[in-house]
Amino acid sequence: MSRSPLSLVALILPACAAQAAELSVSVEIPRLDVAEYHRPYVAAWVERPDRSVAAQLAVWYQQSESREGHGTKWLPDLRQWWRRGGRQLDVPVDGVTGATKAPGTHTLRFGAGSQAVAALAPGSYVLLVEASREVGGRELLQIPFEWPADEARTLDARGEHELGTVSLELVP
Amino acid sequence: MNASLRRLVLVVLVVLPLPAFAHKAWLLPSATVLSEGQWITVDGAVSNDLFYFNHVPLRLDNLVITRPDGSAGAYSGGHTGKYRSVFDVELDKPGTWRLAIINEGLFASWTENGESKRWRGSEADLAKALPVAATDVQVTRSHGRIETFVTAGAPTTAAMKLQGSGLELVHDTHPNDLYAGETTRYQFLLDGKPAADVEVEIVAGATRYRSRLGEKRVTTDAEGRFEVTWSEPGMYWLEASASSTLEGDALASQRRASHVVTLEVLPQ
Repeated sequence: MSRSPLSLVALILPACAAQAAELSVSVEIPRLDVAEYHRPYVAAWVERPDRSVAAQLAVWYQQSESREGHGTKWLPDLRQWWRRGGRQLDVPVDGVTGATKAPGTHTLRFGAGSQAVAALAPGSYVLLVEASREVGGRELLQIPFEWPADEARTLDARGEHELGTVSLELVP
Repeated sequence: MNASLRRLVLVVLVVLPLPAFAHKAWLLPSATVLSEGQWITVDGAVSNDLFYFNHVPLRLDNLVITRPDGSAGAYSGGHTGKYRSVFDVELDKPGTWRLAIINEGLFASWTENGESKRWRGSEADLAKALPVAATDVQVTRSHGRIETFVTAGAPTTAAMKLQGSGLELVHDTHPNDLYAGETTRYQFLLDGKPAADVEVEIVAGATRYRSRLGEKRVTTDAEGRFEVTWSEPGMYWLEASASSTLEGDALASQRRASHVVTLEVLPQ
């Protein structure tokens, strides 16, 4: 079968667009009025429709040893993340893992040259953000999106207890 | 006692399962999904309710710990109390560990001076126990497995290798990868061959806090296969037993095997 030059262009264009595209993820960690507060463990990743992991964006956990053992002991509490690739990951990972964050909004930007963006072929994806807090609860938010975006857009999901607003900003 | 009542008592005696199977036997690990290098502590008990200690402890004599590479593992701090046994395991190797109590032995019944007798023990002791005057001797080989699995890091399968003896469960989905709302397929094998028409009972834990036991019962198909849909997260007890006639066994005419596995189903 021979392809017309036009359909070739149609095939190449989205790929070029994807290479220039960017995404950023904002995660709000709510300020909680509780007697014993520990910063939550948080993971953000991107899944394909078959639930395989397309990109690990961030994992924030306690990086040090304490009386209760190393911080990695509690990583399986990020249950979905652990199942969807966390347990295969050899932490720490440069550019992905980091220390836990204080309440407030934290933004992660993934530019055109980033590994995360490079890993996203055009298609449908879901952004997942999971938080788990010691002596607290766990929450998982999902934002489905198409990549690359046809226009600049911001998609939101709002948590109820362990997460505030999570937003995904897509730049075509 | 009239003749028909006596016959009824005899039938009940013969049909009754081994005492250990009358209650629910189980191993309960403190966690099933862990990161590398952690410790677990495990309870073992035989009880009426799940998972509460209210009858007798599960003896640790026949505890077999299989490490992720298939080698034998060790436990520490073993203790058997009034209602439960407890032991700790350091998961010093990443992957899936199997914890199993494997009980093998003989069950015999016979008639002596018009009275029916029952006996349990090892093959070596049967000759001593069996009186010369015994008639109607029935010997059953029994094999019981009480298992659970825990995984440090990513799940592996080497510790789940089938042994070809007793009633064994083939897990199509890894036992430490069970999530509410998902369906898992299994196959039971009796001495390595598909175990058809075996009734499987599945009961969720925390029975104290509900009025109905809510057990699920499924029967294996011709290939020994069945499936379970996990409606709710929680710790589950899965049990089955099977029997068969033994051909060409000098000692026993019957085979009876049971399998219990404790499975944790996580929320999505």
